[in-house]
Amino acid sequence: MSIFVNRETRLVVQGITGRDGSFHARQMMEYGTAVVAGVTPGKGGQKFEGRVPIFDTVAEAVAEAGANTSVIYVPARFAVDAILEAADAGISLIVCITEGIPVLDMVRALPYVRERGCRLIGPNCPGAISPGESKVGIIPAQICRPGSIGVVSRSGTLTYEIVHQLSRAGLGQSTCIGIGGDPIIGTSFIDCLAAFEADPATEAVVLIGEIGGTDEQEAARYVKEHMTKPVVGFIAGQTAPPGRRMGHAGAIISGSSGTAAEKMEALRKAGIGVMARPAEVVPLLRERMGR
Amino acid sequence: MNLHEYQARALLKAAGIPVPDGEVVTTPEEAEAAARRLGGKVVIKAQVHAGGRGKAGGVKLAGSPEEARARARDILGMTIKGLVVKRVLVVPAAEIASESYAGIIVDRASQKPVVMVSPAGGIDIEEVAARTPEKIFRVAVDPRYGLLPHQAMGLAFKLYRQIDQVRAAARILEQLYRVFIDAGASLVEINPLATTPDGKVLALDAKLVVDDNELERRPEIAAMRDLDSEAPEEVRAREAGLSYIKLDGTVGCCVNGAGLAMATMDLVKYYGGEPANFLDIGGSSNPQKVVAALEIITADKNVRVILFNIFGGITRCDDVARGIVEATGKTPLDRPLVIRLTGTNEDQAVAILKEAGFSALTDMDEAVRQAVALAKERA
Repeated sequence: MSIFVNRETRLVVQGITGRDGSFHARQMMEYGTAVVAGVTPGKGGQKFEGRVPIFDTVAEAVAEAGANTSVIYVPARFAVDAILEAADAGISLIVCITEGIPVLDMVRALPYVRERGCRLIGPNCPGAISPGESKVGIIPAQICRPGSIGVVSRSGTLTYEIVHQLSRAGLGQSTCIGIGGDPIIGTSFIDCLAAFEADPATEAVVLIGEIGGTDEQEAARYVKEHMTKPVVGFIAGQTAPPGRRMGHAGAIISGSSGTAAEKMEALRKAGIGVMARPAEVVPLLRERMGR
Repeated sequence: MNLHEYQARALLKAAGIPVPDGEVVTTPEEAEAAARRLGGKVVIKAQVHAGGRGKAGGVKLAGSPEEARARARDILGMTIKGLVVKRVLVVPAAEIASESYAGIIVDRASQKPVVMVSPAGGIDIEEVAARTPEKIFRVAVDPRYGLLPHQAMGLAFKLYRQIDQVRAAARILEQLYRVFIDAGASLVEINPLATTPDGKVLALDAKLVVDDNELERRPEIAAMRDLDSEAPEEVRAREAGLSYIKLDGTVGCCVNGAGLAMATMDLVKYYGGEPANFLDIGGSSNPQKVVAALEIITADKNVRVILFNIFGGITRCDDVARGIVEATGKTPLDRPLVIRLTGTNEDQAVAILKEAGFSALTDMDEAVRQAVALAKERA
């Protein structure tokens, strides 16, 4: 078992003929993800890699190929419409990898997506992988191992670093999910924590946060009130100066709020094991899991 | 992207918000002439992207055109938080009866634009939020409808009693919301939103931050970028597609991914060093980006050692290795390099580096420890 992506995932790749879309579609197919369709307007009727049907619209990909999940690799200026198209077509999970989408566009798109009963992961995220089952996005599969640790993160490569440490130590993952570095995102830490808590295959959770906003503080409160499984956490940006955006649009300390120190304190107070550096993830998890 | 006050007030004015006249000048003589046109008694305000201008001496009252010239001479050329003042805004010194605050942000928690007002204006709103949070009033806006008239009125009633002032403030809030949406802003503020002794409601200061992701489709806003007011190395980095922020330490960092870049800086500190910068070479890094990154890092004279931390995913380690070899082939490095690479095409990368006489590590902690030790040796 796992969360969000699994053996039931039937994936349509929006932007399958683009540079990033085609590269990652191949990677996902090699991993064993059921890539059932691609969408590129004007290329309907063609085949990707000789076997995956390409459609002009997501609606056709749903009707004819039975897609239930979509991953989006289209450029930023087309990405919001791609999200809304997937929601209109009845896709239940949309993973948007694209970065650079204006925040106000997401503010308008999210209620639209949610009203249609659809979950969005991202944008500006690496996607999700349930090792041994399915991969949707760009997380390098070779660093993951099947297992019982849930990983949720706002970052990309920092997640890989921590997953790599877990796998090397024999701690496999149920699902690794990157929720994205933008200020407005479709799936929060809390959504993932709740899903991990409910997932029988997940024994413990690693939460990887960073400076900016208060999502980690809210996650900490949720863990304290609702979770029985052990959680350990890491917050990036302890040395970040206030007022400067550190790469991610969401990673900015404004005034006195959003600092790493504040977030680490909130995690600690909620009983979450806090790492001072990524390499502490394995010993800390082992301690919390009692093995 | 931050706009200057004079740019933000021009946008407000264009939207119909009452903003006093003002002129932007670059010399004391021009300041004097502007003061004469504006009625003599003026305020001279430094135009730099830094908070706390007033405390730093960048905002001065002048009682006459001659004094305006002298105050402008004081302020032009002064340094506020590392930024040299090249322009000042000259505005008439308004008589003020009250000072309030009005602002709009995108709120991460409600995932909506939130309009905020406070009768405690004229001071830093974060201070108000910390000390007297009950004096801040908020409305979350449904982005599909925009700020509704009754919402604007409801907020305005928190500021004023007189119905004329309430209506004026409500109109300003609706206009401000339009500026926020039309400019693709992530923050817009009027502080203070003032009343004059004769009862007018005026925007006396304006702050506007534009979402960088909006700039591509808003060339007229993008054209307001003031390259002079940004650190030159940060401008260069942006042009090269890199995200770079200079800090004060000695360990130069070159990393792929913002989260890992921050974690690398934190680890430098953990092992007793100080990071010289934040630098994210981004996702699909080509060798040219690495060349540019190395040039920017080595231009910082405080840097004693350069640390690469690359976790290959979309970024291919061999691309980074090729960039390192190319950059150091052109201009040999005068400072040591510590390279950590792991992930996609790691083996090819190690071979490329080896042939050029470099060695590479695979463990992040080990690489950071070595870099910090080298920085200390070279102190």
